[in-house]
Amino acid sequence: MYPVKYHKATSIADATAALSGGEDATLLAGGQTLLATMKQHLADPSDLVDIRSIDGMNGVTVAGDVLTIGAATTHADVAENADVQKLCPALADLASHIGDPAVRNVGTIGGSIANNDPAADYPAAMLALSATIVTNTREIAADDYFEGLFDTALEDGEIITAVKVTSPSKAAYAKFAQQASLFALVGVFVADGAGGIRVAVTGAGEDGVFRQSDMEAALASGWSDTALDGVTASEDGIMSDLHGSADYRAHLIKVMAKRAVAAA
Amino acid sequence: MSTGIGAPVKRKEDKRFTTGKGNYTDDIRKENQAYAAFVRSPHAHAKVKGIDASAALAMDGVIEVLDGHQLTGDGIGNIICGWAVNSKDGSPMNMGAWSALATEKVRYVGDAVAVVIAETQALARIAAEAVEVDYEILPVIAHVMNAMADGAPQIHENAPGNQIYDWELGDEAATDAGLASAAHITSIDLTNNRLSPNPMEPRSAIATYDDAEEHYTLYTTSQNPHVARLVLSAFYNVAPENKLRVIAPDVGGGFGAKIYIYPEEITCLWASMKTNRSVKWTSDRAEAFITDAHGRDHVTTAKMGFDANNKIVGFKVDTVANLGAYMSLFSSSVPTYLYAPLLSGQYDIQNIHCNVRTYYTNTVPVDAYRGAGRPEATYLVERMMETAARELGMDPAELRRINFIQSFPHQTPVLMAYDAGDFPKILDMAQGSADVAGFAARKAEAATRGKLRGLGYSTFIEACGLAPSKAAGSLGAGVGLWESAEVRVNPVGSIEILTGSHSHGQGHETTFAQIVADRFDIPIEGVSIVHGDTDKVQFGMGTYGSRSAPVGMSAVVKAMDKVEAKVKKIAAHTLEASEDDIVIEGGQVKVAGTDKAMAWHEVGLAAYIAHNLPDGMEPGLKETAFFDPVNFSFPSGAFICEVEVDPDTGEVEIIQFTSADDFGTIINPLIVEGQVHGGVTQGIGQAMLEQVIYDDDGQLLTGSYMDYTMPRAADVPSYNVSHHEGSPSPNNPLGVKGCGEAGAIGSPPAVINAITDAIGNNDLAMPATPQAVWRALQAAKPVAAE
Repeated sequence: MYPVKYHKATSIADATAALSGGEDATLLAGGQTLLATMKQHLADPSDLVDIRSIDGMNGVTVAGDVLTIGAATTHADVAENADVQKLCPALADLASHIGDPAVRNVGTIGGSIANNDPAADYPAAMLALSATIVTNTREIAADDYFEGLFDTALEDGEIITAVKVTSPSKAAYAKFAQQASLFALVGVFVADGAGGIRVAVTGAGEDGVFRQSDMEAALASGWSDTALDGVTASEDGIMSDLHGSADYRAHLIKVMAKRAVAAA
Repeated sequence: MSTGIGAPVKRKEDKRFTTGKGNYTDDIRKENQAYAAFVRSPHAHAKVKGIDASAALAMDGVIEVLDGHQLTGDGIGNIICGWAVNSKDGSPMNMGAWSALATEKVRYVGDAVAVVIAETQALARIAAEAVEVDYEILPVIAHVMNAMADGAPQIHENAPGNQIYDWELGDEAATDAGLASAAHITSIDLTNNRLSPNPMEPRSAIATYDDAEEHYTLYTTSQNPHVARLVLSAFYNVAPENKLRVIAPDVGGGFGAKIYIYPEEITCLWASMKTNRSVKWTSDRAEAFITDAHGRDHVTTAKMGFDANNKIVGFKVDTVANLGAYMSLFSSSVPTYLYAPLLSGQYDIQNIHCNVRTYYTNTVPVDAYRGAGRPEATYLVERMMETAARELGMDPAELRRINFIQSFPHQTPVLMAYDAGDFPKILDMAQGSADVAGFAARKAEAATRGKLRGLGYSTFIEACGLAPSKAAGSLGAGVGLWESAEVRVNPVGSIEILTGSHSHGQGHETTFAQIVADRFDIPIEGVSIVHGDTDKVQFGMGTYGSRSAPVGMSAVVKAMDKVEAKVKKIAAHTLEASEDDIVIEGGQVKVAGTDKAMAWHEVGLAAYIAHNLPDGMEPGLKETAFFDPVNFSFPSGAFICEVEVDPDTGEVEIIQFTSADDFGTIINPLIVEGQVHGGVTQGIGQAMLEQVIYDDDGQLLTGSYMDYTMPRAADVPSYNVSHHEGSPSPNNPLGVKGCGEAGAIGSPPAVINAITDAIGNNDLAMPATPQAVWRALQAAKPVAAE
């Protein structure tokens, strides 16, 4: 690891100041991608601004049927939170299958969404649940937030503080893990919720998470796994790499979508 | 509870390992310690036109930057392969020059060209990045089947066409004749996938030079510190052996990868002299993937012929093996003498011929990895048997049975003289404990859940206990493969065993103590094992090839024979009895049938006080022995794997894995089971998960655990393990055969045979990832008899 300055921010203002004060400062949440990248000398930030201790960044609050999850809430805490389990059990289940126990106890929801890894689990949930990404300056609809591989609508210096999720009437996530990394080779989150019936796919898209609209249309005519029988996931825009070629991933999208619908 | 032979004694060493008290190389801190970081080639093949270290040398805290011209200029020798294998035309193998730091050319991504010595590890690594190397990029051979092509780039000047040797074993004409007579011939093409060894502890070295004494000390992660010292001294000219101490302290797994002497250890020793600092280097995981010798990497085509009674009449094998960019220490022996002699398997085959051609490629050197040649042979033979049975419409177990060797000794046509075994018995055991009879019902039940259930066998033999020195020498080995031991009875009766074997996870501190406690009937707490230090222990050959029990323990037994004889002489003299009447039991040395006795420790005391010894007897109670085996040992096993395949995704679940092993006498069943669990898990890793992949430019695509899949606990079942002890090895005093590699050798074909049974398609390569299985399912068609 290259030398780096560490700041433990106590407030959003403090974090913002530290971010703008460093030559090439970056935010640190769980660090489960960033720190590994730094150890391999593939990232060289001048400053790390740790936002996990800022008031309000941790934990889950409920208002009516809306969950507000602090950006620095770990995957393990999301998985075990009673309100999440009650209002959106699919999200708790998703969190309980991210990486391994060590990752789940340090990695955070905000960090995952800010990184927007094309194989991360949370982006599929955010998109399918029509979630809202809350930052220090505004609220962004998930539909407007995910812009491509590791690319989001966040401006420089903008800090995710929470995500808001409305309890869906039905939802489930089915993941087929890449065997080495345990990231999603294909993950499909299906929901009948605030944004209507949605099918969001992670792990497979060349541009990151995306909605599978023909499956959504098929489900709109009746929520059942057999409703998807006639739908074929296209290979266009599907990733090919050493873990899975586009045709296999496209095939898995349908298999996982059906399993998720059946489980929801 | 007994602590002798056969007792499930808990491992003595585990308290320190499980409480963080182990002392590994990277735990060692020397005063005046500096850190090494290597400047490595990012290119798979390139000329080195110049090195500019000025920016690195200007950094505060950088002590020195050293390159290959300085290294060779100081007389440090090239790294050698210690096993000479000749081509079938009699010409010697084409060993290319390998300098610890490359001078003219780099030949794989990771090849070291310079080393930075700095005050901290972090600084050394940053400075290494600041060393500018001017490369002229050359065309690359990343895959072995491209090495032999016309116009392929030339990797070493003295290896035309990149071939290292073209070797054969067996009678080709007789084999062709056997195949010509066959009623049925089964042909298969196989790739044995390339693996990265991944011991839990990465390699590490810390070298100290004492300029007053002109003496070097090297702590390193070695399976064989004496061999390391020999090679460092005799071939690399680091220092005479008496001026070089090599210590392998606690070592966290080896699997073969820590047999060899690598550029890093050589460079640390030399750099410690150049800088007069202790120099430490510890690999990180990324560096391990591009520097630890890889394993396997064969491409094979083979034919097996059967007569009208389904007896094998000929087996012809053609193998191409990848040895990587340079010839590592034992690389030449792995695809030859550790491979082809195992092609007879458990079967009575009169005609076998094997041709092996090896090539250089622009990849990490390839050498022995758990099993070393024998997994490759077993995978071929056992997939062949299963495939042939399907083609012949036979029960695969029955085809094996009618071809089993039934009597011993048995001379195969490929060098090996099997000494003992009972192949039908262990197959019976495995079939019984796997409930093969109930498989059809289980398969039908799985089908109701939409799952495809399959069952696969592997009945295998391996040659362990490397090796009779004279035979090894006649086959080209540069060393003898005996082992040494010293049994030192202290004046208080406690015992130290100094062994040339080395434990890096095997539990020698427990098992070696057990054979001593058993022999002298004393508490195991009174026995300590000393190993891994060339200053403490007499020359020994180290641990690999499942040799520590059959060879290392046999040396201990020979030394104990001498101790026992002396103990009996002292006791007979003291107790005024005949030596023949003396017995050792219950902590006493007694005159049988009387109440005359000495306590065990009183004999030790008598030997050292020496007030009253028989005339002419030397004082002391310490004996040394060297054991040179007269034959290999031949562990065998019958493995049965049962799987369920999810046809929607290609995902495979191993429902049950059954092993019935013949390891001969078992010293500690707990440790043996652990070895089976670990070995089978590594075999499942090879069969379903692991594969080193290079792109066409020779860049390693599987350079971290994000892309290289190691088996996890959830990937393997709870194992169903049993042992047959009724056919002990007749060629060593304990009747042991070795158990360290059997699991890794025998399991891959059992797994693949089970999956191919489930999906109805034999065309499936390792690793059988979900994608590969799904694709094979899409292509599946019924396997028809020829």
